[in-house]
Amino acid sequence: MTEPAAAPRPAAAPVPYRVTEREEATPDTATIVLEPVRRPLEPFAPGQFAMVYAFGVGDIPLSVSAVDGPRLTHTVRRVGATSGALHALRTGDTVGVRGPFGTGWELPAVAGLDLLVVAGGIGLAPLRPLVREALSAPGRYGRFNVLVGAREPGELLYRAEARGWRAGGEVHITVDRPDEHWQGEVGVVTTLLDRAVFEPRTTAAFICGPEPMIRATAADLVHRGVAPDLIRVSLERNMQCGSGHCGHCQLGPLLLCRDGPVVTWTQARPLLLVREL
Amino acid sequence: MTVIQHGFLGALPPGPRDRLLALGHEVSFPGGARVFEEGGAADRFWIIRSGLVALDVHVPGRRAAVVETLGGGELLGWSWLFEPYQWHLGAQTRGPVLACEFDAERVRAAVRDDPAFGLAVTDCVAQVIARRLKATRTRLLDLYGPGAGGEPG
Repeated sequence: MTEPAAAPRPAAAPVPYRVTEREEATPDTATIVLEPVRRPLEPFAPGQFAMVYAFGVGDIPLSVSAVDGPRLTHTVRRVGATSGALHALRTGDTVGVRGPFGTGWELPAVAGLDLLVVAGGIGLAPLRPLVREALSAPGRYGRFNVLVGAREPGELLYRAEARGWRAGGEVHITVDRPDEHWQGEVGVVTTLLDRAVFEPRTTAAFICGPEPMIRATAADLVHRGVAPDLIRVSLERNMQCGSGHCGHCQLGPLLLCRDGPVVTWTQARPLLLVREL
Repeated sequence: MTVIQHGFLGALPPGPRDRLLALGHEVSFPGGARVFEEGGAADRFWIIRSGLVALDVHVPGRRAAVVETLGGGELLGWSWLFEPYQWHLGAQTRGPVLACEFDAERVRAAVRDDPAFGLAVTDCVAQVIARRLKATRTRLLDLYGPGAGGEPG
């Protein structure tokens, strides 16, 4: 009898990656493509994250927003010193990267089911590789719906790419604050659940966004009859070590850098209702 | 049976649903049509069959602010059920819209005369109002603003 192969261990020390592409996604958000300077990290799965180090400033966790061989793509929003430094990177700059960390969306596990992807704001970034993976396998899944909510039209990510997603499924987009040119939906992303055609009992849902949005969406889906075990959500806490040792990302019994960020609604629901967590 | 699970008509029991539908008639609106105006008499209401309708608020000195959109299966208008029976928002179609239109006074009379029908209709309208209130409260959090979550970083 042979021992099962051990899962590859994520890199504990930052590995140098170089910025090979940079695109301004919104006024405060940029998508950067990184290529390894020497050896690449182990392959990332959709939903997993890397700790990306801006030299001399610090590191933050960033989900992969695309997976393409050894290339890593991240979409970073400028909100603090480290994310600001990463947002300001230019082609040719170098960063340190650790990973891959955490759990992924595990899309293949729900083959045959209807898929419902619900994203709020920058929460679309971690879901983009899942959408691409689903669209690359037509026929493997049932009906496919992508629901996206954002504050303003100018803050919508991947608008051109999302138009292409319509060839493989339904894409519904809503904003909270429309401008004079916006002719689409207005309201919270949960209202888009009424527009999506899916069979609740055979649907797998994937949700990422601000926590109140996750709670509202998951609760609505459960009310419609989607099984909590088939609702997967990506949670955010203070990821630091990436290996479950430092405890900064603890959420009740979970260490989200290791046991998450993607967990089922069955796991997440009781934890998100506890004020102290 | 709830409005979330089955839409407005689907949430009504068969008897009250048939009775309500008997009071309505099909209408269509072209894109850009004003369906009703803020402050106007709420003498009709609609259940949208297809298309999108934007609800807006008049803001002095600015263009009307769209606060919500409604689509197929949704109830357009609930002010007809409660005094003073005046619209508190305006409504404009985003494109061609098909809807079932109801005369508010006739439905209010049926609600008064038939307690079972009245309870069923009022319950469904209350669910719609509760859901929109909940959505509005969620939006008040400005979920997607700077510093809001959404990914582990």
